[in-house]
Amino acid sequence: MHDKNIAALGAGLRAGDFSSVELTRAFLDRIEQYDGELNCFITLAPERALARAEQADQLIRSGKAGPLAGIPIAHKDIFCTEGVKTSCGSKMLDNFIAPYDAAVVSRLEEAGAVMLGKTNMDEFAMGSSNETSHYGLVRNPWDRNLVPGGSSGGSAAAVAARLCVAATGTDTGGSIRQPAALCGITGLKPTYGRVSRYGMIAFASSLDQAGPLTRSAADAAVILQAIAGLDRRDSTSAEEPVPDYSRQLDDPLAGLKIGLPKEYFNDGLDSEVARSVELAVDEYRRLGAEIVDISLPNSDLSVAAYYVVAPAECSSNLSRFDGVRFGYRCQGPKDLEDLYKRSRSEGFGAEVKRRILIGTYALSAGYYDAYYLKAQQIRHLISDDFKRAFEKVDVILGPTSPTTAFAIGEKADDPVTMYLSDIYTIAANLAGLPGISIPVQPTAGKPVGLQIIGNYFQEAKLLNVAHRLQQESDWHLAAPAGY
Amino acid sequence: MQWETVIGLEIHAQLATRSKIFSGAATAFGAEPNTQACGVDLGLPGVLPVLNREAVVMAVRFSAAIGADLERRSVFARKNYFYPDLPKGYQISQFELPIVGRGSAEIMLDGGEIRTVGITRAHLEEDAGKSLHGDFHGLTGIDLNRAGTPLLEIVSEPDMRSAKEAVAYARKIHQIVRYIGICDGNMQEGSFRADANVSIRPFGAELGTRAELKNINSFRFLERAINFEVERQIELLESGGRVVQETRLYDPDRDETRSMRSKEEANDYRYFPDPDLLPVELDDAFVAAAISGMPELPDVRRLRFSEEYALSQSDAAQLTASRELADYYEATVSEAGDARLAANWVTGDLAGSLNRDGIDIGQSPITAPMLAGLLRRISDNTISGKIAKQVFDAMWSDSGSADEIIESQGLKQITDAGAIEGIVDEVVNANPSQVEAYRQADEKKRAKMLGFFVGQVMRLSKGKANPQQVNELLCRKLAS
Repeated sequence: MHDKNIAALGAGLRAGDFSSVELTRAFLDRIEQYDGELNCFITLAPERALARAEQADQLIRSGKAGPLAGIPIAHKDIFCTEGVKTSCGSKMLDNFIAPYDAAVVSRLEEAGAVMLGKTNMDEFAMGSSNETSHYGLVRNPWDRNLVPGGSSGGSAAAVAARLCVAATGTDTGGSIRQPAALCGITGLKPTYGRVSRYGMIAFASSLDQAGPLTRSAADAAVILQAIAGLDRRDSTSAEEPVPDYSRQLDDPLAGLKIGLPKEYFNDGLDSEVARSVELAVDEYRRLGAEIVDISLPNSDLSVAAYYVVAPAECSSNLSRFDGVRFGYRCQGPKDLEDLYKRSRSEGFGAEVKRRILIGTYALSAGYYDAYYLKAQQIRHLISDDFKRAFEKVDVILGPTSPTTAFAIGEKADDPVTMYLSDIYTIAANLAGLPGISIPVQPTAGKPVGLQIIGNYFQEAKLLNVAHRLQQESDWHLAAPAGY
Repeated sequence: MQWETVIGLEIHAQLATRSKIFSGAATAFGAEPNTQACGVDLGLPGVLPVLNREAVVMAVRFSAAIGADLERRSVFARKNYFYPDLPKGYQISQFELPIVGRGSAEIMLDGGEIRTVGITRAHLEEDAGKSLHGDFHGLTGIDLNRAGTPLLEIVSEPDMRSAKEAVAYARKIHQIVRYIGICDGNMQEGSFRADANVSIRPFGAELGTRAELKNINSFRFLERAINFEVERQIELLESGGRVVQETRLYDPDRDETRSMRSKEEANDYRYFPDPDLLPVELDDAFVAAAISGMPELPDVRRLRFSEEYALSQSDAAQLTASRELADYYEATVSEAGDARLAANWVTGDLAGSLNRDGIDIGQSPITAPMLAGLLRRISDNTISGKIAKQVFDAMWSDSGSADEIIESQGLKQITDAGAIEGIVDEVVNANPSQVEAYRQADEKKRAKMLGFFVGQVMRLSKGKANPQQVNELLCRKLAS
């Protein structure tokens, strides 16, 4: 049961082959069995899940259920869930029970999905290996000595290990796509503004975007369908109409123009990863796509720009965690300054503090123009690169991450090397474009991700391109041994 | 040394929207602590601001009222600092690109001279909450009801040269925001408050170092705080010291300003555009709708009053001080007809009674139609001006109409010639020696002596005899 996709599970539920309660129990049992060694979940909500599953079963019996009714999923612990702890992977929010549901959570709940629990993540989504979580690191189910990627590492590992059918994640610089790549699953970062950020704890507001982590593009289409669309509670949410994401999945790719940016196949790219990506490109050629060499000349600026913009915004976004109204408060503060200093020093981990310091510096009087303003100008250059590229091609293809999953601890003490693992994903965030990572030919037993970047609001096209490959190949069907 | 004072004001006007600038919570004053603060106001994780359209409408109206350059594109920015009553750790304000650009206001100085004060800009922002220091056993309480209340911060040029001018300017802005209905102007509740930047310099010299006097919530305190600060700076400079740039707080109880923090301790606010909010872009239709139905502005109305109703400058100014008063006056005139008479009554007895009872025109027990009813009875000679005052007082306390009071108290003027002649005869007969003296006197003295007889007649008629008829009859009788 745990290996089936959403469509198959939905059909089984509607046919009465099994109930949502049974399905939910089965996944809760798998979590019980495997999560001790993987640490994908921070919080489980079994009673809530079973109650929802029962409601879903009634809905299914009444014949009014949609495609997600009764399907067990998990939410990254960055999404507020009413009455359930929402920690954002931080000691700072270890005691925080959210009083409301995030838009993503309530929309999936309305669609009948069953939330099993909240998944582990890098603290405040800051990390690429899921090693910065207050709740301990997450292990990659393909090899438990490897990291799952981050920051949505818990979601990616849980989906890969079949501990839930699908999971939500957030992507600020690659935090959905990179762990999806490293765990051998499908991860979609939609266009900025496509999915409401309401109730999603902010890291870098101008870059953050929620999206699905699933085992196939077809499943991602179903999840995106539920969460996409205008939300008046988020001023940056887009008015753009939401298409039927599942309808175009099978569209033929003949005549599709695929751009390969030469900057994404440079020296920093692992040769084995490059070979897997080229295999996928060959497959697309076979499917009738036209492969075009393109250039995104300002690509080399994206990591630097990102590590100004994202810390700057985070330094302000995380100011509300001050020990005054909610979250961690230090013991016996002497005075206000002591309260602030100790609550924040003790409540935040090292990586979060590093980024707050970088961001505070970048926004300071006298440095703002040199850093923040300059970084915003680079964003325009990067957007312009893509704009010119999309005049020539329909989608852009490349590796998701320069390497496969690396060993736990390997990069933990070297932030700059760690930051470079998002070198191919960051540009889409800076430009606000949608991107998807899908598994291609693994190398040495380790998953490799192919990234497809599309033009604004072209999620249906991305899903179509991803799905066609998944129909012609079975890379996405492979399960890690033992799960 | 002769010192010149230089003052600029930053005025915070609380916008009269029903809900907050970025959330749906109510803005009403005086609720129990933290009952009007939703998740957005509390700065909960994950919440997002959504701009209140009405606050933008109000800023557009203000821009039109001061003849400012309305910025069609403005940007909200975050002003970052830590304070317990600032839930997010930043205040959403406007920094580089405010919604209202350069404008001006005219103030009238003593002696009627008009001076133009430049307004640098006005921008939208959210208010912070309040720290409460009583009754918490040494701890501080936080009330976030006020957090997120919309403010328009109006920044003037350093164009004022005395405390009086600063007060005149503050009053002018107060008048404008109330006229256009964007602020209730209630200073006690903090709906309208001012920060004053004060410096002194030898005449003609460069600007001196300024001190900023924070959060002054009455015109009287504003004047006193500035005067104190000017004296303090003069003493300091004349005794060889120097003024340091700092923020000072005015303490009305001790009538002095005290240092809060110096520039060295000042925050670096690390302003940057708020990524949660889109730039505010105003199109023609929005602007047109915002300023449609804008009332006549106070200065325009003042000039019209003095022309249309032939009023003195000072009467016109007094009658247009607030929109409610001006509306009251015009409603009275339209029903009573006599603009001059109405002006005298509104600026005289009515203003005096309001002042005495400490109430606003809106709470006046005598409405405009009621006052007009009284004035009509003066105009048509039903009562004299003197009796009218008596009727007015009765209307004030009993709220009856003029006609009812005139009727019930029998105050109707006696215009029956026979009746008046009877009283006149009585007076003439009762005072033979005065009559004789009158008849001996020359024209000039007679005019003076006539008053005695008029007084007697009025006394006997209980003030009801028509004064004009009494005069005529007396002159005739005394002459023969």
